[in-house]
Amino acid sequence: MAVIVERRYSTVIHPLHAVLLAGTVPLFLGAALSDAAYARTYEIQWNNFASWLIVGGLAFAGMALVLAIIDLCRADRRAAGIVLYAVALLSTWVVGFFNALMHARDAWASMPTGLVLSAIVVVLACVATWFGFCTPRIGGAK
Amino acid sequence: MKRFRLLEIAGLSFVLSACGGNPEPLQYGPNPQLPQPHRGLLPNMTIAEPAEWGDQQPTVPQGYTIRAIATDLKIPRQTLLLPNGDILVAEGRGGGAPNLKPKDVIAGHIKAKGTSPVGGGNRLTLLRDADGDGVYEVRTVFAENLNAPYGLALVDGNLYVANQDALVRFQYRDGETQASAPPVKIADLPAAINHHWTKPLAASADGQFLFVGIGSNSNITERGMTAEVDRAMVWRVDARTGAHKPYATGLRNPTALAIQPGTDQLWAVVNERDEIGPNLVPDYLTAVREGGFYGWPYSYWGQNVDTRVRPQDPDKVASAITPDYSLGSHVATLGVAFSTPTMGQTFADGVFVGEHGSWNRADPVGYKVVFVPFRDGRPTGAPVDFVSGFRGSDGKTRGRPVGVTVDLRGALIIADDLSNTIWRVTPDPKP
Repeated sequence: MAVIVERRYSTVIHPLHAVLLAGTVPLFLGAALSDAAYARTYEIQWNNFASWLIVGGLAFAGMALVLAIIDLCRADRRAAGIVLYAVALLSTWVVGFFNALMHARDAWASMPTGLVLSAIVVVLACVATWFGFCTPRIGGAK
Repeated sequence: MKRFRLLEIAGLSFVLSACGGNPEPLQYGPNPQLPQPHRGLLPNMTIAEPAEWGDQQPTVPQGYTIRAIATDLKIPRQTLLLPNGDILVAEGRGGGAPNLKPKDVIAGHIKAKGTSPVGGGNRLTLLRDADGDGVYEVRTVFAENLNAPYGLALVDGNLYVANQDALVRFQYRDGETQASAPPVKIADLPAAINHHWTKPLAASADGQFLFVGIGSNSNITERGMTAEVDRAMVWRVDARTGAHKPYATGLRNPTALAIQPGTDQLWAVVNERDEIGPNLVPDYLTAVREGGFYGWPYSYWGQNVDTRVRPQDPDKVASAITPDYSLGSHVATLGVAFSTPTMGQTFADGVFVGEHGSWNRADPVGYKVVFVPFRDGRPTGAPVDFVSGFRGSDGKTRGRPVGVTVDLRGALIIADDLSNTIWRVTPDPKP
């Protein structure tokens, strides 16, 4: 006797969600590398680059977070593991926000804490992205 | 006053604790108390909430009268007394440094709420009280199409004007109400970026040299060291040839200059750095020593190292001079003028200092004109409020003093760039 399964599982998140999520990694990584360059050279432009890259990372992470929360709130889409993903992404955003405030300090006042926070944010963004892409999503593929 | 915290703007519901309730340290005089540098996650900002004067006026000591002698100007900054008693007013708004960080965009938007919305006049306005009744009934545009004029000086018929990008000279004949010819450029002044754009001016007694103040191009080198070439110093310019040399350096933002009467000694008021706490770093009044280095950016108030500057320079720190007289942190000193006995016995010997008022401090300070008494040619004792009430007890700000000028006949002229007014304070006639 045939059983028709209505719900489909996909290992692929929505393309828009995927782009936003994956985009956080190069942006936050760029910020961390810029911080490292500033720490090595004292060339202030690296500090400016880092500040804007962090804002870009926060914008991408923020939009991905909204999509994750929407998925979280819809019972028919709430797949196993999505809570872990959402928590990882939220942590990325919060630490990233404090890093942005740290980078609003003038000149070397943002260092070395800014570099340490930037490195932590890169790790968190990688973890969130990993979880995001590993989380099965319900109703994704037709 | 409106209090802004960036977190509120960001829409978060928690507010980081701000320091409060601590007694204010003693911050005037030659040995101000300097707390440890401190910066929370967010800098404190309390922006002046502008309001109209209406029937109100600034407060002056008993036995003095204040009146507005010109209103509806276009950002008056500094004034100059001409030999016949006429007053020249420099009006303008300079700067235009690009936003480099997200912070600059946000802070610029907030700070703009505490200033006048009027556009800068880029002109000199002349005020005349022909009959000496204290009413300046004649008002003409002496010169226009200048570039954010600020510093003014007159020597032997040469009227010098420091625009934000150049030092220029007008020929002036007594009684003129309008410049007879366009200005002649004497020297270019450092103008790239112009984070601090004001160029104050003072002339040596013999008229041979002009002293020009040039502010730093950042708070504390956050625009890079290369932006600070020829900045944060006082130039001495040869009035005849335009040749210049750095006269004193390490002065973060020398906003007003004056020669002590009867001497060749140059004095300056200087605005110091921000974002290391509400009680750092004191703005100051100092005699300027030729060849002296006053610390910026490497150190403050003598040899207190500022760790925000990289690379550091211990040799420069070791050579830094401690300024003469602290006026308090963040008061924003923008005007200085030596008094004369015609100002009354209490205020006969000393300097008047215009304090524009703070924006980066939870409890606002400044917003007044103080008198610093002198004895034997040096500042001594506590500053005395001379004109206050620019920030009312209702928390509204009705004016912000900038330049102060003493009329030798016995009057203090104050430029107010928030209400766009020129104020004149006179001692009441003896009965």
